Amino acid sequence: MTTQLTHLQRLEAEAIHILREVVAEAERPVMLYSVGKDSAVMLHLARKAFYPAPPPFPLLHVDTTWKFREMYTLRDKMAQKSGMELLVWQNEEAKARGINPFDHGALHTDMWKTEGLKQALDHFAFDAAFGGARRDEEKSRAKERIFSFRTASHGWDPKNQRPELWNLYNAKKHKGESIRVFPISNWTELDVWQYIQLEGIPIVPLYFAAPRPTVERDGMLLMVDDDRFALLAGEVPVDRSIRFRTLGCYPLTGAVESTAATLSQVIQETLLTTTSERQGRAIDKDAGGTGMEVKKQQGYF
Amino acid sequence: MAEPVYVTDALIAEDIDAYLARHQHKTMLRFITCGSVDDGKSTLIGRLLYDSKMIFEDQLAALETDSKKVGTQGQEIDFALLVDGLAAEREQGITIDVAYRFFSTESRKFIVADCPGHEQYTRNMVTGASTADLAVILIDARKGVLTQTRRHSYLCNLIGIRHIVLAVNKMDLVGYDQAAFDAIVDDYRHFAASIGIGEFTAIPISGFKGDNITGPSGNTPWYRGASLIEHLEGVALDSSADQSRPFRMPVQWVNRPNLDFRGFAGLVSAGTLRPGDAVRVLPSGKTSTVARIVTLDGDLDVAVAGQAVTLTLADEVDCSRGDVLAAADQPPEAADQFEATLVWLADEPLHVGRGYWLKLGTQTVSATVQQPKYTVNVNTLDQLAAKTLELNAIGVAELATDRPLVFEPYAESRTLGGFILIDKLTNATVGAGMLNFALRRAQNVHWQALDVTREAHAALKSQKSAVLWFTGLSGSGKSTIANLVEKKLHALGHHTFLLDGDNVRHGLNKDLGFTEADRIENIRRVGEVAKLMADAGLIVLTAFISPFRAERDMVRSMLPAGEFVEVFVDTPLEVAEARDVKGLYKKARSGQLKNFTGIDSPYEVPHMPELRVETVREDSEMAAERIVDYILGKRSDMWMPTI
Repeated sequence: MTTQLTHLQRLEAEAIHILREVVAEAERPVMLYSVGKDSAVMLHLARKAFYPAPPPFPLLHVDTTWKFREMYTLRDKMAQKSGMELLVWQNEEAKARGINPFDHGALHTDMWKTEGLKQALDHFAFDAAFGGARRDEEKSRAKERIFSFRTASHGWDPKNQRPELWNLYNAKKHKGESIRVFPISNWTELDVWQYIQLEGIPIVPLYFAAPRPTVERDGMLLMVDDDRFALLAGEVPVDRSIRFRTLGCYPLTGAVESTAATLSQVIQETLLTTTSERQGRAIDKDAGGTGMEVKKQQGYF
Repeated sequence: MAEPVYVTDALIAEDIDAYLARHQHKTMLRFITCGSVDDGKSTLIGRLLYDSKMIFEDQLAALETDSKKVGTQGQEIDFALLVDGLAAEREQGITIDVAYRFFSTESRKFIVADCPGHEQYTRNMVTGASTADLAVILIDARKGVLTQTRRHSYLCNLIGIRHIVLAVNKMDLVGYDQAAFDAIVDDYRHFAASIGIGEFTAIPISGFKGDNITGPSGNTPWYRGASLIEHLEGVALDSSADQSRPFRMPVQWVNRPNLDFRGFAGLVSAGTLRPGDAVRVLPSGKTSTVARIVTLDGDLDVAVAGQAVTLTLADEVDCSRGDVLAAADQPPEAADQFEATLVWLADEPLHVGRGYWLKLGTQTVSATVQQPKYTVNVNTLDQLAAKTLELNAIGVAELATDRPLVFEPYAESRTLGGFILIDKLTNATVGAGMLNFALRRAQNVHWQALDVTREAHAALKSQKSAVLWFTGLSGSGKSTIANLVEKKLHALGHHTFLLDGDNVRHGLNKDLGFTEADRIENIRRVGEVAKLMADAGLIVLTAFISPFRAERDMVRSMLPAGEFVEVFVDTPLEVAEARDVKGLYKKARSGQLKNFTGIDSPYEVPHMPELRVETVREDSEMAAERIVDYILGKRSDMWMPTI
């Protein structure tokens, strides 16, 4: 008699295998934790991979200080629950210069996220960093390896990636070089949602629809999450039933109007939706269609 | 058609919970698509994504814009643009790296490795194929089976993909002509059989128009088989077969949160495991039983191939990363010398004799590769002599590791037979390989302690086991002298056996020819047989040309020190050729006989033979006498006439 493993069981096993390979071969691994649903799945997988031990690496939150408040709440709660050390990194230079999403646009992402991440990895001398990126998210991700090698200056060379055969990963590297590892590369957005439902993984309530104060700007619905939100002339926050398909800095993350208040309903909407997940992200639209590829070459996760 | 392949929006809208309950039980199939540059591969994948609703409106809008800007389909949607991801290749209009795509139907989730078609990217195709259960090989109906088709099929077969789909694409451009389809399938069948592909499924399709993709096409009423998607949904998964094999789990990590818990974490690569099962730790050979299968959600009653688990054992046994846990009664072997098929992945060619890191499962060892026995021209499939392996080359070579590897032949296990080679200086992944077989078993690994030892066998015969290995050119006098030696030993009451080259080729090795590879295999088998006979306590005599030093050394290494006695029957080529007892030199000189040692195939003279017979200075009788004395220990001096 054979047991047919479901696609989610196979994806889970693949991710756990990858997490363990890195822990066995890297000197100082870390898990990037952005508090989004993909991070939630990653943290859950890490707990499974190393149970009954706590995951033998810290969580790193590269904070922009502009995340949704509910994200900070869940972040602290999950770190405590997992028994893992939580490292929070804020780019001091960005802070000193007052870089913010309202006045600085792309510079905000570059300084807080891209530069912040590089600073944190260098500061703690992490040689392997787990990220929750998936190949179905965006075109250039589709070609990225699971073990994505970065030079000492964090650059990514898409033409010179290490071949990845079978489930054999080459984690060898020189001092100063590092590897970004994507254990859920082969998951789709729907896989992530289904897994969250099956495993009962806690996620930020913002993924579920609720009445929230919003303004409409540049075709996006933005949530007024705190009083730093600089309202333009004539803008008045309006309560709308909204939810988020993806979570980032609140002034840069577009909401969708929705009444999906349960996981089933969220999945239902995801299945029936007609726009892709990253559509609410301003970052992909920079520099024509190749925004993400360029950002990654510069060291963005 | 029984059921619609893709779910309707209405079903999701009506009862999402029922829908989800059903879809939690989807299985997963990984496949690759390969084809030449213009076979419409990206278009087909774009079509599969499009039909399974994996393309959203915003992506479609971008696609329509791009199609008009750089598309090759005029005003129509160019699906290829959806999957050609990187900016550089969008401009060139080709796919230059492996890209992974995802879509799902009612019963399965699919991961597609999109592999490039042109020659210089063999390494990408091998990469994509290594995780695939199935390959879709695309053929342009207008062009038929091309060199590239052959190359892709060969590579898929090499990597061990069992399910091959021949998708004859662009049927719309040949007017959906059955004769055109049949001719291509016939052509392919002949080729497939010649490289060992037994079965394949041929489907006439149009990726552009959508014929026979999700359901039967009205344009091909003569085709009664499944559509591409129907076929992909129905194919049996390899993972089920893996469960019926003996249990294997390479240990990834030892989980030691406190002194009371010691768990062994890994991905079960084969078999089924339950608490209480007897397991063996390889390579040490120690046994224990499984105490628990531990997970965050509670202990499991059973674990199967494909699951990532943590096990605890009933006994305190040494076990760490790199070891393999296996079914106690059916353990894999360990060895440190192998024949392997290699695919070279780096610009820098293989350096014969240089140490590389070899990673197989969770084992990482240092390995050196010998000069390739041959490389394969992937276009003609000819075997060619080579001194090294260049980028994208595929070759067969022997390799040695600095410590024993627990392994299984690749044909039996991708996990315990597939490996990568890593450059120790640059850390680049430079090669991938598949172990074919071990050349000898590591001496420190014993599976079965034999009560009647080889020494006991020999003692009963009042002798010491030995293998007298006669080597030399054809016609040098090996058989003559070996015969005399055996007669003398026999007369003295010794138990002997003579393995003669010609005789063995009539039976045990009648399937082998005279290529370099076959000659090596010939010697390997003779070596194994000689070793078994020596184990039985016999004095074994062998008379084989055995031209290659490496193979003679290989046999030497199979035997305990001192038991292999190399006898170099040293006769100059002119003399042997003048004798030409069997008329073979004449045939070789006239070209009727290929790969003849001394003529068009080399003879590698032994560096340090135990004994050497110069037949132009010493007659056979005297030489035989001297050899008998040596073997019976009467002369320990290695007397050799000076030249």
